[in-house]
Amino acid sequence: MSDLERFRAETRAWLEENCPPEMRQPMKDEKDACWGGRNWTFKNEAQKQWLEAMAGRGWTVPDWPKEYGGGGLSAAETKILRQEMARINARNPLNSFGISMLGPAMLHFGTEEQKRHYLPPIARGEIRWCQGYSEPGSGSDLVSLQTYGEDKGDHWVVNGQKIWTSYADQADWIFCLVRTDKENKYQGISFLLFDMESDGVSTKPIKLISGNSPFCETFFDDVKVPKDQIVGEVNRGWDVAKYLLGHEREMISGTGGGDRAGSLGAALVDTVGKDDSGRLDDPMLRAELARFDVDALAFTAMSERFVDEMKAGKGHPAQPNMLKYAGTELNKRRHALVMEAGGSDALEWESERSSEGVRPRAWLRTKANSIEGGTSEIMLNVVAKRILELPGA
Amino acid sequence: MPLYLNEDQAMLQDSARPFMAEQAPVAHLRKFRDMDCKDGFSHDLWKQFGEMGFTGILASEDDGGLGMGHVEAGVVLEEIGRNLTPSPFLTTSVAGVTALNEAAASLREKYLPGIIGGETVLALAIDESAKHRPERIAMKAERSGNGFKLSGKKQFVVQGGSADALIVAARTGGSAGETDGLTLFAVDKNAANMSMESARLLDSAMAAHIEFDGVEVTADAVVGEVDQGWSVLKKVLAATRVGSASEMIGVGSGAMDMTVDYLKERKQFGRLIGEFQALQHRAAHLYSEMEIARAAVLKAQQLLDEGSDDAELWVSIAKAKAGATSDLAVREGVQMHGGMGMTDEYDIGLYMKRDRALAEFLGDANYHANRVAEMSGY
Ligand SMILES: Cc1cc2nc3c(=O)[nH]c(=O)nc-3n(C[C@H](O)[C@H](O)[C@H](O)COP(=O)(O)OP(=O)(O)OC[C@H]3O[C@@H](n4cnc5c(N)ncnc54)[C@H](O)[C@@H]3O)c2cc1C
Ligand SMILES: Cc1cc2nc3c(=O)[nH]c(=O)nc-3n(C[C@H](O)[C@H](O)[C@H](O)COP(=O)(O)OP(=O)(O)OC[C@H]3O[C@@H](n4cnc5c(N)ncnc54)[C@H](O)[C@@H]3O)c2cc1C
Repeated sequence: MSDLERFRAETRAWLEENCPPEMRQPMKDEKDACWGGRNWTFKNEAQKQWLEAMAGRGWTVPDWPKEYGGGGLSAAETKILRQEMARINARNPLNSFGISMLGPAMLHFGTEEQKRHYLPPIARGEIRWCQGYSEPGSGSDLVSLQTYGEDKGDHWVVNGQKIWTSYADQADWIFCLVRTDKENKYQGISFLLFDMESDGVSTKPIKLISGNSPFCETFFDDVKVPKDQIVGEVNRGWDVAKYLLGHEREMISGTGGGDRAGSLGAALVDTVGKDDSGRLDDPMLRAELARFDVDALAFTAMSERFVDEMKAGKGHPAQPNMLKYAGTELNKRRHALVMEAGGSDALEWESERSSEGVRPRAWLRTKANSIEGGTSEIMLNVVAKRILELPGA
Repeated sequence: MPLYLNEDQAMLQDSARPFMAEQAPVAHLRKFRDMDCKDGFSHDLWKQFGEMGFTGILASEDDGGLGMGHVEAGVVLEEIGRNLTPSPFLTTSVAGVTALNEAAASLREKYLPGIIGGETVLALAIDESAKHRPERIAMKAERSGNGFKLSGKKQFVVQGGSADALIVAARTGGSAGETDGLTLFAVDKNAANMSMESARLLDSAMAAHIEFDGVEVTADAVVGEVDQGWSVLKKVLAATRVGSASEMIGVGSGAMDMTVDYLKERKQFGRLIGEFQALQHRAAHLYSEMEIARAAVLKAQQLLDEGSDDAELWVSIAKAKAGATSDLAVREGVQMHGGMGMTDEYDIGLYMKRDRALAEFLGDANYHANRVAEMSGY
């Protein structure tokens, strides 16, 4: 048996023993996920057990180094772990902006002390992070942000407003883009970390079209941020921000089909019913589903190729923008088709049989996929300029 | 297997790319079109294909071939597509060789050396209606003496007129709609009672309508087993469909590159038209679709080479996705070239024509999307 085969067998056995049955069912919606943090209350005992078991092995972040709370696994081992988890439908033990966004940036730009201080609590799900990028006047044009950090020697004093800060009201800490030089547009932004319980931080939830309110307006009123809570250099936060956005875009593109390789038509056929010849009983919808399946499966091939190329150091650095664009547009189509196939059942918003409208709420939520983390239009701009090298601006 | 070309495959690409661009660029297609060549391709070039070793890519080493796979055939086909090279590669070295790989030694010995040498040309005679419906083959093959008599009609036989032999699918049993009872035959071009009418297609390739009026063949002409032709045909179809998908990737990429170049040089309103976001976004969208289609085609080829059970599904995903995408590439290409795109002088229109022919060959995007639905159980 090769080392990898042995690893697979051991992993399979360990998961069999440690993943509770309740954690081997697909999540109903966002609210079903475990986000961790100082104030987190577990939905049930299984959720707690599962997080502790996985965090105990460093497997919430399998490929991070062990000294930072990770599992120290190689790329091949990480892939095997993911495959084995998928095999038993195991849920993600932890949803976390710390893992998918701040972590990679910290590993790349952080100091040794910062890594040792901030990363292990992320891996264990003890500190929940939020992302303070967007401002009312600065969305797509992020570098125009106005939130200002005034240099006071050993600390900054931050004033301003952020918007669309996902889960700001539930997060423990924020990673935040702050202008520290008013003269320089790009080289005048710093990447600061601070506790959401600091004096002067307040949040106000914003309700979404899905009826949920996962994000907030966030206000900073003379917030004191110590100087060692900066990642990267002063005024060079844009580099950190961009690096992080690359990871964010990859994560969001994953919703497109990369992790859901099956056939959507097959999943929906019983909802619609079959005709006498055994085909989905709505030829136009069937055709739409067939085209969607072709596109979604082809997209999984592209995602696989992307991962393979990354590992081999090939591929264009702007490629995540393409994946983000294509993946999110696909995910929107997927949920639109789920709504169509669901017919009037999928219109129920408040009822037990609809699980309080999971389908319409999820459908509405996907509309943000092509906005959050940079809009589809911005992704296309990047592809046009950086990959196709078209002229202008 | 990682989803990109390995070193050997990349080397093959490094030799196929300049070869095709130098020996058979679009100007070559124009030349053969304008001289009204009855075969629609250059026999000299076919010979050069042989010298380069392309012709025998899918033939086994025992038979004098290279014993390579569908990924490698795809590498060559993509370059053929990019340059709109007229050649019998797809029908002969992909379809024909895949069929012969299932045939008895006598047939392999009869045809493979000529194919590998770039002399022999084969064609595939399957379709009997304007749309690809292989399950509905009705052409009859009745036993007669120790051989068979073929009667019926075939159409859209690409390279039919120039082929030295045809791979013909006919019924020795069962009835239209059934997969049992089909048999494949290798029929010589000089067979009596066979009449052929060739027509030039929109992409200037030649395709034949063929009538079989009691064409006699010996039992040696059977490819594979009598009545079990479907199992061979399935392999031929899979290989040729994924091959045509590769060629479409080439056509789509060629059209896209040409268009992106045009956006960088054509000025209107005092600006390069590539500066207009309306065009940038469409070009970037096209790029994403091309990348996705390319990955799907490579995946199908790798699975086919591995003999995976998933290969059949992925071949249809590949043909459907490549078809939809190269269609987008040529439509956007003509549109973004403005009036120039409508002229015969500019090459972009030639891409549109080749794409249309390839899209129809062995099942269009709808046909294959439908198969994906069927194989997925809905
Ligand atoms: C569900 C959700 C969660 C989010 N979570 C967070 C978070 O946690 N933290 C955070 O900081 N931000 C978050 N965001 C904010 C998100 O990053 C921004 O909404 C996004 O960057 C777009 O900015 P905007 O909303 O200001 O839109 P605008 O920039 O005002 O864009 C409006 C429209 O104009 C288009 N547009 C703008 N500029 C161009 C251009 N140059 N070319 C072509 N079209 C253009 C856009 O594509 C869009 O269609 C979240 C957003 C959503 C919807
Ligand atoms: C069959 C045919 C018959 C014709 N007959 C006549 C005739 O009888 N008389 C006559 O005078 N003309 C005629 N024309 C010319 C026709 O009007 C032009 O082809 C047309 O106006 C487009 O100009 P162009 O070809 O120079 O394309 P271009 O202007 O070079 O455009 C190339 C591409 O760039 C796009 N583009 C250009 N500017 C912008 C912009 N600002 N924003 C976004 N996209 C842009 C275009 O939409 C196009 O896709 C004919 C053309 C054809 C094809």
